Order: sequence, then C-alpha cells, then structure tokens
Amino acid sequence: MAYFLFRRTLGFVLTLLAVSVVVFAVMNILPGDPALTILGLDATEDALAALREQLGLNDPLLSRYFSWIGNALTGDFGISHSFRVPVSELIAERLPMTLSLAVAGMIFTVILALIMGIGAAANHRKAGDWGVMFLSQLGIAVPAFWLSMLLVLLFAVKLRWLPPGGFPGWSDPIAAMRALILPTVALGLVQSSVLARVTRSSALEVMRQDFIRTARATGFSRQRVLWRHVLPNALVPIVTIVGMQFAALVTGTIVIENVFYLPGLGRLIFQSIANRDLPTVQALVMLFAAIVVTANFIVDLLYVVIDPRLKARA
Amino acid sequence: MSLLSTTLSRVTLSVLLGSTLCAAPALATDLVIGLQQEPTSLDPTADATASIDGMLAANVYESLTTVTESGEVEPALAESWDISEEGLTYTFKLREGVKYHDGTDFDSADVIFAFNRAMAEDSTNPSKSIFKPIDTVEAPDANTVVITLKNKDAFFLFNLAQGDASIVAEESVDLNNATPVGTGPFKFDSWTRGDRLTLTKNEDWHDADSVQLDRVEFRFISDAAAASAAMMAEEIDAFPGFPAPEMMPQFEADPRFNVEIGSTEGEVILAMNNSKPPFDNVEVRRAVSTAINRDEIIDGAMYGQAVPIGSFYPPHGPAYEDLTGLYPHDAEKAKAMFAEAGVEGTEMTIRVPPFPYATRSAEIIQAELADAGINAKVENVEWGFWIDEVYKKKNYDMTIIAHTSPNDMGNFAKGSDYFYGYDDPEFTKLWDDIQTEADTDKRNALLKQGQEYLADQAVHGFLFQLPRLSVIRTNVDGFWKSAPVLFQPLADVTVN
Repeated sequence: MAYFLFRRTLGFVLTLLAVSVVVFAVMNILPGDPALTILGLDATEDALAALREQLGLNDPLLSRYFSWIGNALTGDFGISHSFRVPVSELIAERLPMTLSLAVAGMIFTVILALIMGIGAAANHRKAGDWGVMFLSQLGIAVPAFWLSMLLVLLFAVKLRWLPPGGFPGWSDPIAAMRALILPTVALGLVQSSVLARVTRSSALEVMRQDFIRTARATGFSRQRVLWRHVLPNALVPIVTIVGMQFAALVTGTIVIENVFYLPGLGRLIFQSIANRDLPTVQALVMLFAAIVVTANFIVDLLYVVIDPRLKARA
Repeated sequence: MSLLSTTLSRVTLSVLLGSTLCAAPALATDLVIGLQQEPTSLDPTADATASIDGMLAANVYESLTTVTESGEVEPALAESWDISEEGLTYTFKLREGVKYHDGTDFDSADVIFAFNRAMAEDSTNPSKSIFKPIDTVEAPDANTVVITLKNKDAFFLFNLAQGDASIVAEESVDLNNATPVGTGPFKFDSWTRGDRLTLTKNEDWHDADSVQLDRVEFRFISDAAAASAAMMAEEIDAFPGFPAPEMMPQFEADPRFNVEIGSTEGEVILAMNNSKPPFDNVEVRRAVSTAINRDEIIDGAMYGQAVPIGSFYPPHGPAYEDLTGLYPHDAEKAKAMFAEAGVEGTEMTIRVPPFPYATRSAEIIQAELADAGINAKVENVEWGFWIDEVYKKKNYDMTIIAHTSPNDMGNFAKGSDYFYGYDDPEFTKLWDDIQTEADTDKRNALLKQGQEYLADQAVHGFLFQLPRLSVIRTNVDGFWKSAPVLFQPLADVTVN
C-alpha cells in the first residue's frame, strides 16, 4: 500500500509539472499582449511600457517560469495581471461555485443513471428497457448548451419556476439550491445517459451469472437481488466511468457557467485566457489537472473498497 | 489541497447553519442593469475595460467636467471655469463642501494628485494622451485649479469628463481596484467578481434629493441568449448595449419592454493596411469602396439597425456630412477598377476580431469582393491575437473594427506606425488645425473638410455607425438612448 501511495504521489507531482510547462509555453507562444489588453487601443507607448514593467513581463522567459514555479511550491500563485489581486484569492472566491455545481452534477448523474440503468436491466427487452435506451441515446446526442437554453426557456421564461441564471451565494441556501437546479440538470444529463448505458450492460452481465440465479432460488425478492447482489457486483466498470465523468463534469462547468452566467472557475478561465492573464490561467489549469488526477486516485482507492480481492494485488 | 478543504468546509458550514449565520436580510434593489462585458478591475484610471466607465464613471467617480447625452460639456467637480484669451490657461472653480465616500474632504490637492498621477512617467493611465497637452497643474487655493496647456486643445474639456480623468483621492487610490471611492451620486457597495456589482445612493451628494434610486445592481451576462432569457424572465430591468440585434423584434413585440436604438461613437470600418500593397494604391482602395454595398451589410450583419457612414465621423455629430454616395456600389465598375490597378484575382485576407458585427459583416464583404473579382479569405481570430498581430504588428491585409472613442479622427494623423499604416502630411496638418481651433463653427467646417478628405482618399471602407441597442422595462425612465461617452449617469434614472 505504501508503495502504491508513493507511486501515485510521484505520478501526481510529475503530471502537474508537465502541465505547468505546457501551459506556460502555450500561453507565451500565443500571440497577445497582456498590457495592451488591459490598457486598450488608445494606450500610449510609455503607459504600456510602464505596465509591462509593473507586471514583470520584461524579465526573461525562463526566469519568469522558475520564479513562478518556486512561488507556487510555497502556495503563492502570484498576482493576477488583469484583476490585480492574488490568484489564490480569485480561486477561493470561485471554487465553491464550481465545486457545488460539479458535485451536484455528479450526484444527479449517479442517481439518475443507477435508477435508469438497473431499471433497464431488470426490464431487459421490455418497454422500460427500450425507453431508457432511447432516452439515453437522445441525452448523449443533445449538446449541453442547447439543452441549457431549452431548460431556461421552459422553466425560467415560460413557467417562472426557477431563475434563468446567476448564483446568489450560499448565504441564502434555498435560493442557491434553486439556482443550481437547471445548471445541474444541463451538466449532468449527458453524463448520466452515458452512465445509464454502462450500468445497464454491466448489470445485465452480472444477472447472467449463477449466483444471481441461486439468490433468486433461495427466495430473495427481485428488488433485493437487484440492489443488494447485482448492483454491488456491477460496480467496478461503473466506478471507472464515474471517475472519468467527474473530470468531464468539472471541465463541463466552463460551458454551463457561461450559459447560466455563474461566477465560477470555468468563466474565470475563459476570461483569463482572453485577457492573456498568465498567472491566473496557469493556476487554474493546474487546479483542474489536480482535480482530475485526484479523482482518478480516488477511483483507484474505491476499487479496493468495492472488490476486496484487489487489495492483495495493490 | 488545504485551500480546497477550507473552502469546502466553509461551504458545508454555511449550508448547515444557513440563515442563522448569515442573517443579513436581502435589501430591496430598485434597478437591475444587465451588462455584457465583465470588468476585471474597478479603476478606470488604470484599465480600459469599457464597463468600468459604464458602471462607475459619473456615478461613483466624478471628473472636473461631465458630458450630456448630446455631447455637451457640463460642470461636475468643477463648478465653473474660465479659459484665457489665448486658449491655453484654464481656471477651474471647484465645488465646495464635497466629500469622498470614505469621508475625506475633496479639494484642489486631490485634483493635483489625480493629474500628477495620470501624467507621471510611470503612469499606466489607458488614455494618457488626454493629459499630453498639459504643461502645468497648479492650485492657488483649496477651491481653485489652474491648468496651463502647451498647445491648444479643442477637445480638452470634453476629454476631462472621461472616466480616465476621474479625480481619485490619494487616501483611497490604491484600493480603487476592488473598492472604488469617489465623490459621485452613488457609493460602491459590493462586487462579486464575475457575477454582480451593487451601488447605493450617496446621501451627501450635492444634489442627492433629485436622485431617486437607492440601490442599483449590475449583473454580468456575456452570452446573448442568456441575456435575452434574463430579460424575459424579468431578472433584469434594463440592458443598455444589448448584444444581439436579431433579438430586437422579439422585445419590440413585448409590451413589457421599450426598445431604444441609439448611436454610439463607434465607426465600423473595413480597415485596409495602407502601408502594404495593393492598398498603398488609392485606386485599389477606391475599388474596394465601390465593391462594398453598405445597405446589404447593414441588413445582413445588423438586421437593418444601423446608419451607414461615408467617412470617419458619427452621423449624430454636429459636423456630420453625408458622404455615403461618393462611391456608389457597382460590382462591375469595381471589377474594372481592380483590373486597371492590376490586382484582378488577387487573394487577400480579412482578419476578423470576435465581435458579431465584425464576423457577420466579413462574410457579406467577402461575397461582395468576390463579385468584383477579388478572392478574399476570411480569418476569424481571437481578440488577443487581433491585438497582437493586427493592431500591434500590422500583420494584415484587411480587418473590420469599430473605433469607439469620441473625436477620434486623429487616428489618421498617427502616422505609419499606427495599424492603418496611413501617413499623409496633408491630413496631419488638417488635424492639427482641427485640434487647435477654438471656434466651434470654424472647427466644424474643418471637420467636414477632414471627412471629405478621408472619403476621397478612401483610406478604409467606411461601413456604418455602431448602434446602441437598449432593452428597458417600460417602467424605467432616464436611460440614455445614444452614448457620446462610455458612461451612463444613473442620477437621472427613475423607476415608476
């Protein structure tokens, strides 16, 4: 186990290091001038020169990279070029929004997918199964931004049940949850369609095995067999997909936050790339990478929990 | 990871304790205004983002002068002023008893500070050129400021009204970036980056009794479809500068809204790189002007909601001259002109910044040039790329851009280093005369001459004036229809 953890941690650090080099290189190769973006087209040459000096853009590339990485190791991600406040402050402001959305999206995805997937498997080759297969096909095909607009038109503009966008903050939990409903559905529907199909086929495979027939034969009810015997044994492929989907959900927030004008990290990264705000982009990409790597790590740990036989191998 | 877990626990905590912990009751907001552009900083003297001025200039910050909707200069922090005979010395009498929102007093020392800061060598003021003509700024007493210019500047008082020339205080200037402090009719209340900004009424303002709004909220919505949904769902009361002209009929048909179609200072041009063949040849530029059909472009790109221009001056300005008939659209004639200039069948690239007016116009212009035998390639580029490659490095053939600053005909006198690549001593001389002419009638006559000259030289393809589309609830009054400057004063806005 100790070796496993060590290998994982090393992988984590190397991944982030590689990401930092790539982002730094790409952002510097991209045409663009942060000073000109901030001061606009009427700016005079001397004002631009003064700002470039202030932002430290005149230092050589390598020394900028190393001073950045050095500071990052101590938890200092620098000052945002465009916001002029510490990047860590920007992230701390916006992380709750994005995490709330991603976690809500994940919960929605998993619950919907398990119900649909197990339900379809239980009704194999019957109407319920066809229904789930059709709906999930539709769910995969529909682009998230288009679905978002439809949801807003129906539930916010037409019916007035929910707000069309924005996030009031968690100081008013009811309003916050209401604001999260439509974005969560828009974010999670595609993923739950994928997951429902995986759940269905995985469950079908387990249901064909002898121990399920034995369980039924000993007199357990259909429901009990489905949820207590089929589902746990079908979990390994499901958890693998869930791990990958969490990464997709976190990055999917970029689109959803723009459509629902939510003040999260996705919108921040979008804006920071346009502004050539290197310190902010750099820190955010690192953060997204860290979240994805961590999610994969948790999936690996979960395998051991789900299937104790794997512990011996780990 | 510690950052993540602390925020996580803060979230859970606030969810669990909810209203008991953060029991501040939501204050009633009088007016919610939608804005497309989200600001990154709140200091108009350090960042050119238009929405900073749009929200804060003339509302939170004040300048010595201000501007009315028709573009006239009026007193603000300066109650009155005298201009010396030779037009170089301006003596401003300051309003007395004015306080900043943090309680400190406003006097001539603040004006001196603000000007010295903007004019300093290491100043990063986005419109430093406003201060270029200034020689000295002096304060004979606490309520008087004397500014001496090096050369006459007919636009000086107008320019002083801009957010870039806000009179910021030494005590608060370093915090203006996130918590702006000014002297205006509204105080800054709060800002959630990326989401909203709120202002509250300043009861100490000299004319506070006339201000009806107690609390104003700005919401940032960049996506046009989302902006439309937010208006329809009545989350937002007013959206000045609505981003999508194609959605106007939907709002016009809705009795809840008024749709205003005004003008901005933005001349949309098909810029040609005058320093590069074939556009260094005036006949080629005239051929391009003949090839384009403004009515078709306005119909297709702006859904009919724009006024065509024939030169570089806004149609609502006092010196406007209609020159749209100078090169009537004629594809065959343009083809012949291109052939004569030897550029028949040449391939050209239009590098287009990511603004709907530009990308839509580009496609139509591409088809029109094709009719005239020119194979134009449209290349859509991102804003950072445009700024670097087109604006800074002049690496382009043609591009489409709106010039949104007022009184910006001087762009054509900026010489060959400017991205137009246009250097014409005759026009530079003309612009010098315009800038130093104090008499309004004479200046307007010169401005007409300038328009004629630029149209004759066909420096660019002059397309249309960028409209200002606003969608406003019918119970809201007092919003400007047209925008001669970037800001929108809220002191006169009322809600019934």
